[in-house]
Amino acid sequence: MLAYLIRRLLAVVIMVLVVLLATFTVFYMLPKWAGQDIAVLFAGKATGAEQVEGIRTKLGLDEPLLVQFWEFVKAIPMGRTFANGDDVTECPAPCFGYSFVTEEPVWDTLKDALPVTLALAAGACVLWLAAGVATGVVSALKRGSVWDRGAMIAALGGVSLPIFFTGMVAMGIFVHSLGWVHIEDSLSTDDSIGVWFETLLLPWIVLALLNAAMYARLTRATMLDVLGEDYIRTARAKGLGERVVITRHALRSAMTPILTVFGLDIGVLLGGAVLTESTFNLPGLGLAAVQAINSKDLPVILGVTLFAALAIAVANLVVDLLYAVIDPRVRLG
Amino acid sequence: MVPRRETGTAIPEVEGKMRTGSPKRRLAAGAALVVAALVTTTACGGGGDNGDKNEDGAGYNAALDKVVNASTKKGGTLKFVGKQDFDSLDPQRTYYGMTWDFLRFFTRTLVTYDTKPGEASNKLVGDLATGPAEVSEDGKTYTYKLRDGLTWEDGSALTSKDVKYGIERIWATDVITGGPAYIKQTLDPKGEYEGPYKDKSKDKLGLKAIETPDDQTIIFKLPKANGDFEQFLAMPTGAPVKQSEDTRAKYTQRPFSSGPYKIESRKANKSLVLVRNDAWKKESDPLRPALPDKITVTISANLEENDKRLMEGDYDLDVNGTGMTQSGRVSATQDHKGSIDNIQTSFVRYVALVHNTKPLDDVNCRKAVFYATDFAGLQQTRGGEVAGGEIANSVFPKSIPGHTDYDPYGILERKGKPDVAKAKAALKDCGQPNGFSTKITARTNNPGEVDAAEALQEQLAEVGIKVEVDPIDGAQSSSINGSPKVVKERGYGMIMSGWGPDFPTGQGYAQPLFDSRFIFENGNYNESEIKDKEIDGLFDEAIASTDPAKAKELYEQMNKRLIDNADWMPFIYEKNISWRSPRLTNVYSSAAYNGRYDYVSLGVVK
Amino acid sequence: MTELSKTGAAVGEPVAASPAPTAFLEVRDLRVHFPTDDGLVKSVDGLSFSLEKGKTLGIVGESGSGKSVTSLGIMGLHTAGQYGRRKAQISGEIWLDGTELLSADPDHVRRLRGREMAMIFQDPLSALHPYYTIGQQIVEAYRTHHDVDKKTAKRRAVEMLDRVGIPQPDKRVDSYPHEFSGGMRQRAMIAMSLVNNPELLIADEPTTALDVTVQAQILDLIRDLQKEFGSAVIVITHDLGVVAELSDDILVMYGGRCVERGPAEEVFYEPRHPYTWGLLGSMPRLDRDQQERLIPVKGSPPSLINVPSGCAFNPRCPYADVPKDNITRTVRPELTEVGSRHWAACHMTQEQRERIWTEEIAPKL
Repeated sequence: MLAYLIRRLLAVVIMVLVVLLATFTVFYMLPKWAGQDIAVLFAGKATGAEQVEGIRTKLGLDEPLLVQFWEFVKAIPMGRTFANGDDVTECPAPCFGYSFVTEEPVWDTLKDALPVTLALAAGACVLWLAAGVATGVVSALKRGSVWDRGAMIAALGGVSLPIFFTGMVAMGIFVHSLGWVHIEDSLSTDDSIGVWFETLLLPWIVLALLNAAMYARLTRATMLDVLGEDYIRTARAKGLGERVVITRHALRSAMTPILTVFGLDIGVLLGGAVLTESTFNLPGLGLAAVQAINSKDLPVILGVTLFAALAIAVANLVVDLLYAVIDPRVRLG
Repeated sequence: MVPRRETGTAIPEVEGKMRTGSPKRRLAAGAALVVAALVTTTACGGGGDNGDKNEDGAGYNAALDKVVNASTKKGGTLKFVGKQDFDSLDPQRTYYGMTWDFLRFFTRTLVTYDTKPGEASNKLVGDLATGPAEVSEDGKTYTYKLRDGLTWEDGSALTSKDVKYGIERIWATDVITGGPAYIKQTLDPKGEYEGPYKDKSKDKLGLKAIETPDDQTIIFKLPKANGDFEQFLAMPTGAPVKQSEDTRAKYTQRPFSSGPYKIESRKANKSLVLVRNDAWKKESDPLRPALPDKITVTISANLEENDKRLMEGDYDLDVNGTGMTQSGRVSATQDHKGSIDNIQTSFVRYVALVHNTKPLDDVNCRKAVFYATDFAGLQQTRGGEVAGGEIANSVFPKSIPGHTDYDPYGILERKGKPDVAKAKAALKDCGQPNGFSTKITARTNNPGEVDAAEALQEQLAEVGIKVEVDPIDGAQSSSINGSPKVVKERGYGMIMSGWGPDFPTGQGYAQPLFDSRFIFENGNYNESEIKDKEIDGLFDEAIASTDPAKAKELYEQMNKRLIDNADWMPFIYEKNISWRSPRLTNVYSSAAYNGRYDYVSLGVVK
Repeated sequence: MTELSKTGAAVGEPVAASPAPTAFLEVRDLRVHFPTDDGLVKSVDGLSFSLEKGKTLGIVGESGSGKSVTSLGIMGLHTAGQYGRRKAQISGEIWLDGTELLSADPDHVRRLRGREMAMIFQDPLSALHPYYTIGQQIVEAYRTHHDVDKKTAKRRAVEMLDRVGIPQPDKRVDSYPHEFSGGMRQRAMIAMSLVNNPELLIADEPTTALDVTVQAQILDLIRDLQKEFGSAVIVITHDLGVVAELSDDILVMYGGRCVERGPAEEVFYEPRHPYTWGLLGSMPRLDRDQQERLIPVKGSPPSLINVPSGCAFNPRCPYADVPKDNITRTVRPELTEVGSRHWAACHMTQEQRERIWTEEIAPKL
């Protein structure tokens, strides 16, 4: 188990490095190869020649690529000082870059957005796991029944309907027509838990609906596979009740593929649920990215991208560790 | 002159209306329409306070040329909502029209646009100064006297030195970025001054072109006359900044107020809250009624939702001023027509015809495009006459002196329909009787632009002009269609885009578009690459003139020449549908702010 | 089940119409049919037999002959946990120790499973849950039927592992199936089956997935355990060698029916059905140097949807034309007594079969 842990950790370290390198390549090297001036891109919409030069110096864009990459990586744990003569910009650790549009370290933006994204992701994934897995299991057990067909058609609909549609419908009904729910503008940590709950309720449901549908389909398919396994027959041959057979034997095995997808989904979600956050105006990472794109704030886009990639890497690690907990064979590797 | 590169990138993005365009957008809009229909039927069936409120709308287009709900009643909270945040709250760094309009709540300039409805707003009046400048005979010296009782939000006196210091910040181009550079280019075209942060003098007031003989007087000395100089000073770049409060790059987070409101809280991309600045003295400021006690701005990403909440009264108006969404328009025109205005903006949609790309170097080939284009069809793709705008015949929008009815191609006469016979004749004249092939760019992030380009493609195909549509990323446009080199390499013959003026004169609108000296390697907006000495000369003459009537005549000449040469093809004078909450008092559209409501005059009923 | 005597007979005593059998296990006219899109699959179609405690019955046949379906039918696993899909149609009677299982309350049958009757499956790797330790799985089997705490149950598991010959059972009890070798896994599987002292043990191809050397050990183990526990055992296999090793009686299945059954000795040395001859002929023998003379059964197993008319074996039978009037293709042969407690279902006369066996088949084996 320890060996497995070390191996996975090493893999994550390598993955993080790859992520850093990929991000660096996309944001620093590709534009350069495409013949664009990176300093102009980083400056945002403002492109006074002097400022561009200032940013070039501050970001060290004249340095060799390797040095630039090192500074870029080092900034995250160590912080960074962008200096151009006596014009000094501090970016304390963890430095995910500095926005020349908002004149703030990107981490400040990420830090504010993170609780919203976390809360959205956590609530939604609890909902969709519960609903999706339950529906999938029941569908698998009642395969071919009216329930099964109905649930799978609903799931198909859930997967096909875009968030901005379901979101708008949900808001149209529950916020505007019925007035049952109030959605707080720009949710912040100053707001009470009640406000958070009320604001996030519809986004949770809408986001969960989309994913629950997928999980229901996945769970159903996996359960059908697992129920055909020999060890399920063995469990029954031992005289176990069906409930035990389903939960302890079948579902546990079915969790493995679900967990795989879940890990990826949660990672992606931690990078910001762009559509949900835009539809409901939740100031999370996804919305921050959209706004950064609107205001051409490249450092923020880079920061969110990097953070999202790291979130996915970490989510993968967690999933790998959970694998080992669920499936003892994995521990051998 | 230094390029005003930002204009085209900054203004169009904000001005550009969020219309339905690409297939995805269309799907979204379609969905939104369904939702809107769902919601409005239920919401309006219920009646309730919604219904009552909406009866109070002052009437369709009521605020276009008069004041709606004139009032002096103070109190209440004025609530703005918008999809896009302010570009910067630092007066020397902002370039968005909406910010310029909004900034008057806490930023004052020597002169400003009059707080009057419609075209009357284009008149410059004294703000910090007692009135417009005393201009010397040669047009090179501008002298202002400041009003009495001017204060900063900490109660300290606001002096002419603060005005000079604020303006000096424009020179610190490595830190104070983003704003227009007109004042710098006019006062110090060679860029000799290095800005206050590198200023060796003790008081950091080393800029020689501005003199402050006493705290009440400020004198500008221009090396060369510029008839629009006061226009430059009316922009936020002309605002004072108190030296001790200057946090340089971070000033955008908390600018120091000289107006009736000050910033209570600010979260970039989320919100802004203004409260009364108790140090401001009403008697020093005849322009601002300062009615609300509090002003809030909420940045909210979902346009359809914002429209809905505007109509429900959760917010009072859209701070972006980009007009309502398709679904919002539908339900607003049906149910609340008295609360909307069909605002004429100063924004023009156009197709630049690139002179450097064959065969569009030939005037007759360009004329063929003018004749073959179905302007009415393009108008439809942009949303029709009401939501899209009127068909254009002049390169200048109606609010800019220089606009005329001149219509040599008979576009208005034919109600925008093409003249295929004349188009074919023009093709023959340019030696391409069977038409020719070229490429057009359209920006994917600008709703509707790609659709319009595709519509044009079909129209021109009727006469044998085969156009390939190349959708480009709007964020990259300054390095794609803004780069003559790239344009030539890729063989673009047409560039579709939009343009609005920085300030309401021919110079403020047209110089980057048509002056050959404004062709730049990057961020070029003279996309047609017009190299016409006569045009350049007209600009010089008009700018040097301090007589607006004379300048107008010169710009009218310019318009004729550009149209005759088929240099640049405008097709729409953009309009939008704006929501005017019945709660609002003192509402009117200000031409000086591109048709937006004049924010600083607004009040609320409760 | 009055027609029982027509379609099948049992070893030992003739089948009585009375519903109270004396045998420990008695299967009467068992039919297991699966409806599919292509038609009704008659996996088992009228099978009867009985078995006494302490005895071993070997059920032999090709894959698809219905032997595994029979065992699962006895265990009641065709109905338990069959969700939504078209369920198996089962008829007949299965009497276990005086209880008729097919008509009994399913929950009662469930409680019998694992305690009264247990099963050893073919591939222990897939039959054991990969996510639980051997110990956990044995403990679960034990605690399902015994109200004891985990500790006691685990002690019992260690004891059982020790009994089936797993070294260091107190340690290996915490191992996962994948950490065992194939033979060890099968031993663990056996330990799990026997943990509740079942009176009926069904071993479905218990050695097929194992190495040849391990096979013998496992067979020895089963035989020893049977002696020790006194259970009735059904060994299901396609390998005559396995039944020869273990069984008291042999039942040969073909196309869902019994074609021959009798004491192991009889069936081995005096087989009276051409299919049994084929099985014997295709069985490799290590003790004789006649490999080149293997006589495989030609053709493939019959469709269970459209079972050939007459004798199901006739399309593959080299002697199908020996009886007259094409009877093998029109009339289904009944089981007839061909010796002491020895039945076979064949249209050939006793004499014909004896002659073919002694003259043509036996010398080649």
